[in-house]
Amino acid sequence: MEIQLLGITVLWIFLYGYLIVASIDFGAGFFAYYGRITKKDHIINNIISRYLSPVWEVTNVFFVFFFVGLVGFFPSTAYYYGTALLVPGSIGLVLLAIRGSFYAFGNYGAKDSNLYMFLYGATGLLIPASLSTALTISEGGFMVEEGGTVVFLVKELFTSFYSWSVVFLAIVSVLYISSMFLTFYASKAKDLPALELLRKYALFWSPPTILASFLVFMSLKNHNPEHFQNMLDYSYLFMLSLFCFLTAVWLVYRKVRYGTAFLFVMLQFFFAFFGYGVSHLPYILYPYITLDTGFTNETMGIALVIAFIAGLFLLIPSLYLIMKMFLFDAKYVQGDRVK
Amino acid sequence: MIVQKVNVFIRIIEMTVGGVDMPELDSVMLSRLLTAMTLGFHIIFATLGVGVPLLISGAEWIGIRRKDEHYRLLARRWTRGFVVTVAVGVVTGTCIGLQLSLLWPSFMEVAGQVIGLPLFLETFAFFFEAIFLGIYLYTWDRFKNPYYHWLISVPVVIGSTASAFFISTVNAFMNAPTGFELKNGEIVDIQPLVAMFNPATPTKASHVISTAYMTAAFVLAAITAFLILRKGKSEYYKKALHFTMLTGFVFAIATAIIGDFSGKYLAEYQPEKLAAAEWHFETEKGADLIVGGVLNEDGEVEHELRIPNALSILAHADPNSEVIGLEEFPEDETAPLFIHYLFDVMVGIGMFLVFLSGLYLLFVKWRKGNPYWRPLLWTIVASGPLAILAIEAGWIFSEVGRQPWVLWHMMKTSEGATTSEHVGQMFILFAALYILLGTICTTVLLKMFRKNPAETEFEQMKKR
Repeated sequence: MEIQLLGITVLWIFLYGYLIVASIDFGAGFFAYYGRITKKDHIINNIISRYLSPVWEVTNVFFVFFFVGLVGFFPSTAYYYGTALLVPGSIGLVLLAIRGSFYAFGNYGAKDSNLYMFLYGATGLLIPASLSTALTISEGGFMVEEGGTVVFLVKELFTSFYSWSVVFLAIVSVLYISSMFLTFYASKAKDLPALELLRKYALFWSPPTILASFLVFMSLKNHNPEHFQNMLDYSYLFMLSLFCFLTAVWLVYRKVRYGTAFLFVMLQFFFAFFGYGVSHLPYILYPYITLDTGFTNETMGIALVIAFIAGLFLLIPSLYLIMKMFLFDAKYVQGDRVK
Repeated sequence: MIVQKVNVFIRIIEMTVGGVDMPELDSVMLSRLLTAMTLGFHIIFATLGVGVPLLISGAEWIGIRRKDEHYRLLARRWTRGFVVTVAVGVVTGTCIGLQLSLLWPSFMEVAGQVIGLPLFLETFAFFFEAIFLGIYLYTWDRFKNPYYHWLISVPVVIGSTASAFFISTVNAFMNAPTGFELKNGEIVDIQPLVAMFNPATPTKASHVISTAYMTAAFVLAAITAFLILRKGKSEYYKKALHFTMLTGFVFAIATAIIGDFSGKYLAEYQPEKLAAAEWHFETEKGADLIVGGVLNEDGEVEHELRIPNALSILAHADPNSEVIGLEEFPEDETAPLFIHYLFDVMVGIGMFLVFLSGLYLLFVKWRKGNPYWRPLLWTIVASGPLAILAIEAGWIFSEVGRQPWVLWHMMKTSEGATTSEHVGQMFILFAALYILLGTICTTVLLKMFRKNPAETEFEQMKKR
């Protein structure tokens, strides 16, 4: 495999990881707040807080890892995205900052603050909406290079049907992934009332997810026909994704094997995300940056890949450990362990 | 006499803010200000984030080894406050990480090709720390063997210190860019490891790490001293004060030694930075060290304190050695002269902390001494904020002292900045964010420890 391709694959895997863990986190924040205002918080909030407390910082690192890696492997992305995205990027950052710190303030400090809960819940939906914009922009048509500088076409972005369908997809998939995961977590905790409620949320958010995915497909056809054509070449990946979606929903509907169901949710997004990614190549930012033009030098590329492999030896056992302690430890999940 | 002092003071203020030509607020200046604000805010939490885990881990270890519940309670309570500061550190760290690309896109495009490796490694270290901190927080009573829980703190200490190391190498690279060649504007012959271990790395990284340990110790000592003044000296607070002051002393000495090496590094590799910091205008042998003072209209130093030959000792460990003066550099390639005060503040506080912790230890050892003498305790209370002030002064000195370069002798700061017109608005946005985070973080911390004082918690622990 060429080193460029290896680099983008590594980054894409991390972005996929972030997509899953962050969606769980973002959605959980929303459900916790929704539970509070509909007076159902006593049912689900224990489950949510037991999962989130130990892992929220890890979620954040996935994101940092992705963008630092992107600038490392493809330094020219810093130039294009950096110049163009100062304003939306800064707003996204402020939202992320508010979310992270208010989670900690609420969780370790003022336990029952409605305001903190609101900020935590609202940012859970706003952040995916604003972060997904970076992917939208990569399709081209939202920035131009003129007179030695990069100009971001805000108006185009806000009036584009494609851009809004991506935002819609981002929000509903957050709620879908999150409720699917929490359903599994509640079943593991043998918390039946929570399970019942979360399962309802999961089923409720399934049709919009698939609908949004179709919308994105259709609007991409107009927005970037070249990419759309490439996607058709990989249609088997999207078929697989659809199959995984149907299996997951069917399992949850039949009230069996919630763990397997969530695995299928992960596969559903895996196939779709990689299908989208591979058909996007060779462009990283259409039409300005490709795998080859944007890539850092060979030496740095190799150094980064070596660092990455060495890092994995450290990370995988550690991630396994934290999952074993908080995800697969029945006693912890059921709340029998003292904090 | 007093009138004269007031005049000197006014002159200092003029020189710092108004005396030099007020720079225009263009996107370069605003980008610098926004970066400075983010770093200035982040560095407080980052410093605590690197230093406090060492003290927590140390306290828990002593607690287990000596079967001393006081120390274990200390570790628990520090951890609880620590998590809140970590959260702010993490989110502001994310801000600075992304702002590097948002505000300095051209700089990152160039630097990323050479120094991308430690940036990438830093996130690994951070990842490692985050995972184990999550485990550490929620497994206090989970293991039969208490050493297992303590063991989890070790990767947290390693991870946070390693991330400080990696990120310091990036800053060192900005001061001493090595590991590549520029040929016709193209970057060639890249050696990532040479770039990472550049000449500035040893002094820079060790200075950052030792000051983080030192500052964390004095901040915790300050809180303890304050509580002793308020509530009287219980066994728990006495142990806490002794542990933090001893740690503070060790790392204050280490910092002083490393600081001396930093001076020698500057003299050899960045003589104009040292010359600007010391107001050393003419190259001479046996140079005096100038402390304080002001520059008069003719650019001469007045009202200063001169330590004979001390600058030569600082620069080359030889009282008669030659120190290069500012005259040898083009005027538009040297830093503004107000950094002299920042240097003095940093070094002055560092010396003071060595003296203060030394005095405390002397009072502990010496039979007639009273380490809980109120004026001493109040001075310890002041030492926490002072240590943080020294960190701030040190960073501003280091960054402003490198100007006009973002990459020393390679790229000017003005060439690296964004061309966006919206930096001003973003500055206001982030200023509001930091004010909000700073205020709420402080209130939450105060509330946490007021609601649940150590005494009650200790009683509960004994019952368990």
